[in-house]
Amino acid sequence: MTQAAHEPEMLSGGEMLIRSLKDQGVEFIYGYPGGAVLHIYDAIHNQSDVKHILVRHEQAATHMADAYARASGKAGVVLVTSGPGATNAITGIATAYMDSIPMVVITGQVMSHLIGDDAFQETDMMGLSRPIVKHNISVRDPADIPTIVKKAFYIAESGRPGPVVIDIPKDMTMPNEKFPYEYPDRIKMRSYNPVKKGHSGQIRKAVNALLQAKRPIIYSGGGVILGKASKELTQLARQLNYPVTNTLMGLGAFPGTDRQFIGMLGMHGAYEANMTMHNADLILAIGARFDDRVTNNPAKFCPDATIIHIDIDPASISKIIQADIPIVGPVKPVLKEMLEQIEQSKLRVDDEALGLWWEQIEEWRQRHGGRYRSDDSEKMKPQHVIETLCKITNGDAYICSDVGQHQMFAAQYYKYNKPNRWINSGGLGTMGFGLPAAMGVQLNYPDAAVVCVTGEGSIQMNIQELATCKQYQLPVKVLCLNNGYLGMVRQWQDMNYESRYSNSYVDSLPDFVALAEAYGHAGIRIESPDELEAKLTEAMAITDKVVFIDVLIDPDEHVYPMQVPGGSMADMFLSKTERT
Amino acid sequence: MRHIISVLMENEAGALARVVGLFAQRGYNIESLNVAPTDDQTLSRLTLVTKGEDRVVEQITKHLNKLIEVVKLVDLTEGSHIERELMMVKVRATGAQREEVKRTCDIFRGQIIDVTPTTYTIQVTGNEEKVNAFMDALSGATIMEVVRTGVSGLARGDKTLSL
Ligand SMILES: Cc1cc2nc3c(=O)[nH]c(=O)nc-3n(C[C@H](O)[C@H](O)[C@H](O)COP(=O)(O)OP(=O)(O)OC[C@H]3O[C@@H](n4cnc5c(N)ncnc54)[C@H](O)[C@@H]3O)c2cc1C
Ligand SMILES: Cc1ncc(C[n+]2csc(CCOP(=O)(O)OP(=O)(O)O)c2C)c(N)n1
Ligand SMILES: [Mg+2]
Repeated sequence: MTQAAHEPEMLSGGEMLIRSLKDQGVEFIYGYPGGAVLHIYDAIHNQSDVKHILVRHEQAATHMADAYARASGKAGVVLVTSGPGATNAITGIATAYMDSIPMVVITGQVMSHLIGDDAFQETDMMGLSRPIVKHNISVRDPADIPTIVKKAFYIAESGRPGPVVIDIPKDMTMPNEKFPYEYPDRIKMRSYNPVKKGHSGQIRKAVNALLQAKRPIIYSGGGVILGKASKELTQLARQLNYPVTNTLMGLGAFPGTDRQFIGMLGMHGAYEANMTMHNADLILAIGARFDDRVTNNPAKFCPDATIIHIDIDPASISKIIQADIPIVGPVKPVLKEMLEQIEQSKLRVDDEALGLWWEQIEEWRQRHGGRYRSDDSEKMKPQHVIETLCKITNGDAYICSDVGQHQMFAAQYYKYNKPNRWINSGGLGTMGFGLPAAMGVQLNYPDAAVVCVTGEGSIQMNIQELATCKQYQLPVKVLCLNNGYLGMVRQWQDMNYESRYSNSYVDSLPDFVALAEAYGHAGIRIESPDELEAKLTEAMAITDKVVFIDVLIDPDEHVYPMQVPGGSMADMFLSKTERT
Repeated sequence: MRHIISVLMENEAGALARVVGLFAQRGYNIESLNVAPTDDQTLSRLTLVTKGEDRVVEQITKHLNKLIEVVKLVDLTEGSHIERELMMVKVRATGAQREEVKRTCDIFRGQIIDVTPTTYTIQVTGNEEKVNAFMDALSGATIMEVVRTGVSGLARGDKTLSL
């Protein structure tokens, strides 16, 4: 090689930032321009490798990037300006943080010498974002930008993933100040070394307990999806023939149509899943964090169970429920080692006990299962709408949900056979997540069927993004389960406030069909159950356009089962009139 | 239970804010906290004293360990350790009190580090208990100002908290 080939290229801070993203393999960034980031936007303009998607509100940029990460496992990238741009991104950063989603958020900042002076569009983004990020970094020298970008991706994607904010004062991106550019291959940090494997001794203890269980259950969560270990989970479950339940975040990690799958657990979990948990003598928790929406009252949680807990984050272990056998490590290698150790163990699964256990589980399955009443054919049941969607899309669509009753129906009645297909905000429960999330997935998987399942309340929190769909031709399907109410709130008011509907009625709804058309899309309304399947099939067949499908559903429907507050996992309301 | 947590972390802007923020966000209490660079200027050593059930303190150490800038930490109270705190007290020292204060100071092996005709400023070092005892012993005097560094500490013997 010639001498010249070794000579690093001289780039400005803004150019280095974009080049670093390119060298990191980033194809799309989602953002919105403003004063503090104009040098960066100019650098974007002068290249074509990294494509910028202009949203209509910064929150949507964060959800697009987040959903890309949920579907692909790679960090999504956001670029926003200082002040209001940064604060608009906060909800999306918190959403990603709560669900451990890798994301790199680049926020502009006022000139270094103005920081602290209440300058125009100054907010302390380092301080604001600190509690809702895995890490944040402020740029103090433009020459550091490539290393900082590499570090941000490394931190965001490794260990327990999470969002990382890079705050860049405008003077770090001056077009005329050039620096030698080199993108590091790897980063080593003495203060950050995520665990690579589990402790073999702990795994041995776990395998011994696992093989001696009489009433076992596998409770798996979002960590299996984040850790790309659904193959290992499925193999383990099949090998042992143990029942599997998933958290809201773990759906799809184990095939939803498999005989061994007993549904989602928790507050709105399946009757059989919650009963199996409550009566188990052994719980194998894998990448799940014993959230309060799962455990109900921790003091009454699964009284007979020995708990094995695999998690990459020691802080998730014994936080809510004391683990008997903790295993700190990434799910994939831990499960692999578990499978090997099971192979070598002298112990064998107690088939007789397991047979009886399955009999009991089947009985729970038959007895209830939290099924809705489909006898009332006059009314459009939201559960039936989701089942029909599942049928039409062969259970193979990306389902991006908003937050509310519709979210729970989409979790319960769509059968997810693959990981990364069910995309929703679980930890923060962010209304407005669904549409931008669907857009983020559609952009990156142009041939996939992508459906935003939403409510008339949630969709209006980011409905402006219909314009972004038009601009980038993102033919998402919006399935609005329109009950005319903030249904989830109304359900709580029915159950706890004697149906005093304080502010849970959405007055003055727009004509969503006309609105979709105004944005240049197609819209259809479905009013009666007889036309549901035909119209939904028709809508799903349109692959080159956004279709807003406004389905008028029974406004009185509740989500069941629902755990009784303060009770155990087995204390559930099963319908408006039944309780366990 | 009282715990002394000693943290070795990157000497970087914002690292301290992260530690303090963590305690505020998660509702943990800090009895005292001090921080300064070590012999290696790229590292700071932070010592904090907290009270809580063992379960809570375990969560605290796990969360501290998760902070990206934290290199290592130890809960000193888990083993035998040495802890020290420095206190400076400015007391009114007139008339009979002047002699009395001086005597108390000597008993606690304190040093008078500043003198005026009407005041003494006394420096006392020791563990928290001794420093508190000194304050109790001064209860007859008029205390004008007190400043304490909070506890610092390290493990006894060969054990170290270092890279
Ligand atoms: C309206 C509403 C209702 C809800 N109802 C329910 C409900 O009925 N049931 C329910 O389950 N949830 C429900 N939720 C969601 C709930 O709030 C939590 O978000 C969810 O239960 C958490 O899922 P999880 O335990 O799988 O943890 P996640 O938040 O997915 O966390 C993943 C865990 O895995 C660990 N991890 C990450 N990567 C790895 C790796 N590579 N290896 C090992 N571990 C790893 C992380 O450290 C973390 O502890 C509801 C939410 C809303 C908005
Ligand atoms: C940003 C935000 N604000 C408030 C809430 C509280 N909340 C949870 S569900 C819900 C109602 C959602 O209504 P809709 O989107 O119509 O869904 P439905 O429950 O009717 O299916 C509300 C207000 C929230 N989760 N997110
Ligand atoms: Mg609604």
